[in-house]
Amino acid sequence: MMSCKALAALLALAGMTLPVLGHAADDVASLRAEMQALKNEYQTRVEALEQRITQLENAPVGGLAEATPAPQPAPSMGSAGGTGTAFNPAVSLILSGNYAHIDQDPETWRIGGFMPSDGEVGPGERSFNLGESELTLAANVDPYFSAQMTAALSAENEVEVEEAFFRTLALPSGFTAKGGRFFSGFGYLNEVHSHAWDFADQPLVYQAFFGGQFKQEGLQAKWLAPTDLFIELGAETGNGSEFPATRRNRNGFNGATLFAHVGGDYGDATSWRAGAAYLDQRAEDRAFETIDEFGLPLTNAFTGKSRTWVVDGVLKWTPVGDPNRRQLKLQGEYMQRRETGLLAFDTEGSDLTDDYRSTQSGWYLQGVYQFLPRWRAGLRYDSLDSGTPRIALVDSGELPLSAFPALLPADPDRISIMLDWNPSEFSRLRAQFDWDDARGENDWDHVLRLQYIYGIGAHGAHKF
Amino acid sequence: MFSFIRSALALLILAAALPAHAALKVLATTSDWGALVNEIGGDQVNVYTATSALQDVHRVDAKPSLVARARTADLVVATGAELEIGWLPVLIQESGNSRIQPGSPGYFEAASVLSLLEKPERFDRSLGDIHPQGNPHVQLDPRNIARVAQALTDRLAQLDGAHAQYFQQRAKDFDTRWQAAIKRWESQAASLKGTPVVVMHSDQTYLCRWLGLQQVAAIEPKPGMPPTAGYLGQLVTKLAASPPRVIMLNAYNDPKAAKWLSERVHAPTVVLPFSVGGTPEAKDLFGLFDDTINRLLAVLK
Repeated sequence: MMSCKALAALLALAGMTLPVLGHAADDVASLRAEMQALKNEYQTRVEALEQRITQLENAPVGGLAEATPAPQPAPSMGSAGGTGTAFNPAVSLILSGNYAHIDQDPETWRIGGFMPSDGEVGPGERSFNLGESELTLAANVDPYFSAQMTAALSAENEVEVEEAFFRTLALPSGFTAKGGRFFSGFGYLNEVHSHAWDFADQPLVYQAFFGGQFKQEGLQAKWLAPTDLFIELGAETGNGSEFPATRRNRNGFNGATLFAHVGGDYGDATSWRAGAAYLDQRAEDRAFETIDEFGLPLTNAFTGKSRTWVVDGVLKWTPVGDPNRRQLKLQGEYMQRRETGLLAFDTEGSDLTDDYRSTQSGWYLQGVYQFLPRWRAGLRYDSLDSGTPRIALVDSGELPLSAFPALLPADPDRISIMLDWNPSEFSRLRAQFDWDDARGENDWDHVLRLQYIYGIGAHGAHKF
Repeated sequence: MFSFIRSALALLILAAALPAHAALKVLATTSDWGALVNEIGGDQVNVYTATSALQDVHRVDAKPSLVARARTADLVVATGAELEIGWLPVLIQESGNSRIQPGSPGYFEAASVLSLLEKPERFDRSLGDIHPQGNPHVQLDPRNIARVAQALTDRLAQLDGAHAQYFQQRAKDFDTRWQAAIKRWESQAASLKGTPVVVMHSDQTYLCRWLGLQQVAAIEPKPGMPPTAGYLGQLVTKLAASPPRVIMLNAYNDPKAAKWLSERVHAPTVVLPFSVGGTPEAKDLFGLFDDTINRLLAVLK
């Protein structure tokens, strides 16, 4: 084996040296000719340079020409001394926090009629709170890929990898692929990081359907049509690690997401984007805690198919052309979810299991108006409809409906108003007030949040 | 699901079968670069301009319509020096277009061939929205336009070799007319030299520098920071001793603060086009400078 390699190396070496030897054998005349050609080339170059210098010397005095006419490389923030910092990724850190005044005990907050998601939901805690600190590192890997990671440092001193993904840079024909852990392209708000939200929290429909935002570890492929109208089609698959799916101990793809976005301008002042998406997921023993009629905690679990679709739209109207002076942003999404499968009651005790079927929906509509430079005001209305689930254990008379207090039909609503002041592109101070009936009991909670959001480091760029 | 995939594939094949357009598709971030590409490219370019002269190019939405234009562009012409940093990276990233990625021949930054003024000594955002590479509002010095024109011609020739000669011919013709116009503007504006002026933001620095206008104050206390009442009050006191002859505004600026100051320091305001399309007269690059100088001369008469 080794001798084989040695022979190959020898052959390769011979192949490289032979032509050189051939050159050496060439007569002096051809060398001379080459030298002459080189000389001529340099002559013309020098002449061209001289001509440029004379031109520059004749340029008007006081101009910039005499300073440095040569193209200049972009200065790097890092040291030029080869300390290895020049390729550091762009780093940005978002700090946020709030002061909250919440009338009803936030421990009792829940979304009536919906299976709890175990996500980041609810108005948070009372008094002063530290929000998530988001640390993002991003850079191109090579000519083919870029990579980005966002770590969320929670007030509970935990680090969560919020997103960590690669993205292609060089696929042909308008394709891009993304892989790793990332927010799904489902809906409009799902991909938006919390610091860029127009309100202090996600609409109730996102909290109920995804526990905030849907993400998983997987792959995404997107295709953008080569048309003046913005048409984007995308598909995702993954391991289904997050609500409403569960990670199942199985090979292969777990669920699929399909989405389409269309967008454009209407006149000079209006731009819009509309979309639709479909999310097909499976859950296995998706457990949720509840309290039974005797006040004791027990665990139920859902196993089956979970299918969600959404239609979303956003419209921005900029009457004076400059969005910093005045802009109206209208946005809304409607989602519906059908779940079919089996519902297990008290998995650690009596463990009764039978069919389950539900159709649930929710929507929000919000408007944010920038009425002065730096100042924005917003209004949002949230509405959910839990529907009436078909629970075979209840229909057969085996259990009373009150055995599933979390699934009692409800129509949660919420109204939010907000006002924010943005001293610069990097800071935002916000006041938000909610009339909150997420519990669906017509007993309105009042929530006031005073929030700050600061960004330091690399200048971020946001999607539409 | 399968019919969806099938129709997507059909669309793709259709797209691939479409005949390639002869003209280069160019996405220009501002109307000035759009106008310049048209001057050089003639009918061999198809230019789409991302912003209007009534917008602040620092802060623009990454609109879906712009992502769609980035998708089909053969060339992106940007100012660079982080002027478009809040939105252009998103367009390029979302476009799925490998031809226009920074570093590719299809990505051109005007600032890369210019030496910028006002390079900050310190990178600290307490100084306002500063640009680490220097002041990016380079288009108001016509000599910068000439330099960018040269580099842009080379780039167009590189991308469309078949029309290299056509571009060079047009560039030569443009340069002849441009150099003559610069001479004309400089002689028209000779009387303006040394005139004390108040500007809105540091985006008129290159104009002041070219015409020898003396910038005595800026209405923005720091780049990108709108003035406070207190700051404007101080400005009135400061300017009382040596009043400016004129307060210069750009077409996209909110005129309120300038009007307020104008009444107190007894200096007129003048709205300058700033970019091609900023005023009805600034129809092209020649019109931009003709109108800028005419308006300055008219108000300072």
